[in-house]
Amino acid sequence: MTTATQDTRAGDASFAGKPLGNSGRDAGWARERETGHRSGRGDGERLARALGLFSIGLGLAQVLTPRGVTRAVGLEDDEGNRKTMLAIGLREMATGVGLLTRQHPTTFAWGRVAGDVMDLAVLGRAFRSDRTDKNRVGAATAAVLGVMVLDVIAGQKLSHSGNGVGAERRRQGGIKVKKSITINQPPEKAYSLWRNFENLPRFMAHLESVRVMDDRRSYWKAKAPLGATVEWTAEITEDLPNDLIEWRSTEDADVPNSGRVRFVPAPGGRGTEVHVELEYDPPGGVIGATIAKLFGEEPSQQVDGDLRRFKQVLEVGEVVHSDASVHRGLHPARPSAETPPLAPRYDGAPS
Amino acid sequence: MRALCWEGKRNVRVENVPDPKILNSRDAIVRITSTAICGSDLHLYNGFVPSMEKGDILGHEFMGEVVEVGRAVKNLAVGDRVVVPFPIACGSCAMCSRDLFSLCENSNPNSWMASKLWGHSPAGIFGYSHLTGGYAGGQAEYARVPFADVGPLKVPESMPDDQALFLSDIFPTGYMGAEMCDISAGDVIAVWGAGPVGQFAIASAKLLGAERVIAIDRFPYRLRMAMERAGATDIINYEETSVLETLNELTGGRGPDACIDAVGMEAHGHAAMNAYDRAKQALMLETDRPLALREAVLACRNGGTVSVIGVYGGFIDKFPMGSVMNRSLTIKTGQCHVQRYMKPLLERIQKGEIDPSFVITHRMQLDEAPEGYDIFLNKRDGCEKVVLKT
Ligand SMILES: NC(=O)c1ccc[n+]([C@@H]2O[C@H](COP(=O)([O-])OP(=O)(O)OC[C@H]3O[C@@H](n4cnc5c(N)ncnc54)[C@H](O)[C@@H]3O)[C@@H](O)[C@H]2O)c1
Ligand SMILES: [Zn+2]
Ligand SMILES: [Zn+2]
Repeated sequence: MTTATQDTRAGDASFAGKPLGNSGRDAGWARERETGHRSGRGDGERLARALGLFSIGLGLAQVLTPRGVTRAVGLEDDEGNRKTMLAIGLREMATGVGLLTRQHPTTFAWGRVAGDVMDLAVLGRAFRSDRTDKNRVGAATAAVLGVMVLDVIAGQKLSHSGNGVGAERRRQGGIKVKKSITINQPPEKAYSLWRNFENLPRFMAHLESVRVMDDRRSYWKAKAPLGATVEWTAEITEDLPNDLIEWRSTEDADVPNSGRVRFVPAPGGRGTEVHVELEYDPPGGVIGATIAKLFGEEPSQQVDGDLRRFKQVLEVGEVVHSDASVHRGLHPARPSAETPPLAPRYDGAPS
Repeated sequence: MRALCWEGKRNVRVENVPDPKILNSRDAIVRITSTAICGSDLHLYNGFVPSMEKGDILGHEFMGEVVEVGRAVKNLAVGDRVVVPFPIACGSCAMCSRDLFSLCENSNPNSWMASKLWGHSPAGIFGYSHLTGGYAGGQAEYARVPFADVGPLKVPESMPDDQALFLSDIFPTGYMGAEMCDISAGDVIAVWGAGPVGQFAIASAKLLGAERVIAIDRFPYRLRMAMERAGATDIINYEETSVLETLNELTGGRGPDACIDAVGMEAHGHAAMNAYDRAKQALMLETDRPLALREAVLACRNGGTVSVIGVYGGFIDKFPMGSVMNRSLTIKTGQCHVQRYMKPLLERIQKGEIDPSFVITHRMQLDEAPEGYDIFLNKRDGCEKVVLKT
């Protein structure tokens, strides 16, 4: 076991003012990207997975004991009803497996909603028949309605993460993302951390590097879906200190994009509301964006994660890690065998 | 190191895992000397909390000796003996500055996941699923403690582990449960659940000046402890008598001024309602069985308070909202803001107002933890609280 030491590992360096985009790309930086990548990809998946387990549990009961479930929900135990139960059970399991394997969670989540509607139809028929136990059917109907609420939530979450509230498709085929967060720091602090663009890759998961060229232009490199890299020159179109920064890519951009961040004092001394709007035209338009989404590169979730890390850096001085979050992808909550590099500190933050 | 790992429903194992390392500059590494099994761990053990991964280290009630500190930790030194609060809190966000530590906005790296299920995310918690951060827990030989400059409390040399350990969770939790009742002279408080959390809720209600405290459970040995050790004035065994009728009887028909739910999502019950909830929970149609909570609402006097410290994870059915609304009840709840209570409660222990070790019935070695879970789950062998020593 470790003994009394001050931690002096590689990567333990303050990053304020430290140049990026070369070998100065320390491991702590890479780790943040991985962490962020994971959050970006995982949106809604856990809920979908939990529902997947629910589905399989319910489906198994229906398949293995169609008679038992038939009776439990108050349907008359005849051949037809048992067959229906079997079918419903298989359908439950299929959607469960779909949610778990995450082939296409959105479709499967909505598949569950469709399944719930089907169950309700069956129960509704039973309710009208006079050979059934109305109390039990009533309870089962309430139960399905209950799980349906969950399904609708999961379906909406999965859909929204790409093109719902947070991010909407524009007519021309571009993507627009809107997110905000409140930070317990004055606008000046938030503005200056953001305005020093070279800091951004520290907490923005998909940025590889930003190099400032002059007071208006900077050169950006970002990770794109499927391991590709996109690069562009951005120029500031509006810069109101402690208030607003607006930028857009110049002609050479692989993915034309523009953005705007506003720093608004939050009421009652609650710090600063940071409102971000991004727009970009992904290669392949909406189809490209949809494909990207299938590979987990969901813009609204990315921005959300980025803002949360931005807040951490401003409020606690560094990006906060758990045993699981230092790893890319799922990892149990236990220490890692490797020695992950230390999160770099931002010295402009309160100590 | 050795650590207790969750390997699936009702399946925990002590395994060899890598030692924890400092990941953030405000971390400390603690060599654990005592760690306990909590009712909250049972919810994970029984598979009722989503987002567990095989291999997760459990445990959130622990204390020990600091063996390493990150460079930004100035208030702790190697060798300090500390007890660690279960919520992980940064100390500087909006919630932390209002002393709402279990709602820290910066300590849950998986906040997106919690936001999906709950709308917004609470703080990270040690050893308590990936929804609350994916942090390794403290049923282990060592633990990494983030924000070590905010959470851990130094324990006086003279105070044994057994007295200090429960400052990590259940004493503050029971205390918060009683505090949320806004107790004033003459108040009658009813407490559902005479588990360790219930015991501290009872003891705290007495400390805060309640006239009468009524303990409700079905295990006679737990009810006896409530009366003899925690200070309950009355007990109700819900398997023998009707809880609502007895409470009315004991309060001249008013109902208790405040009701504390120290049971949570795996409440047990009798008759139809229990079968209903169990079936729905088994079929995953309802995540939580709210039997005690429903009863606490119905029992409470008009205009009274229902203080919910038992843990709920997801959704409940048949919640008597009409009773809450039409009778002007107040519901207060939360994972305990432990950091807020540690110092004042340590002082109460030092002054001899309470000795928290009264709940301990089992002391075992970390390696025996799986047996400890089984005994605690099944309330075997008069088990109230299991403490594991390393
Ligand atoms: N809010 C917090 O911060 C916090 C902290 C720690 C624990 N908890 C929660 O507190 C709860 C209790 O924890 P514990 O360690 O005492 O667990 P425990 O399992 O030892 O105690 C629960 C007790 O409730 C009793 N009970 C079950 N059904 C009941 C009913 N219908 N009416 C009355 N009593 C009933 C059981 O017999 C048992 O004695 C759990 O839900 C746990 O997760 C909350
Ligand atoms: Zn606990
Ligand atoms: Zn905080």
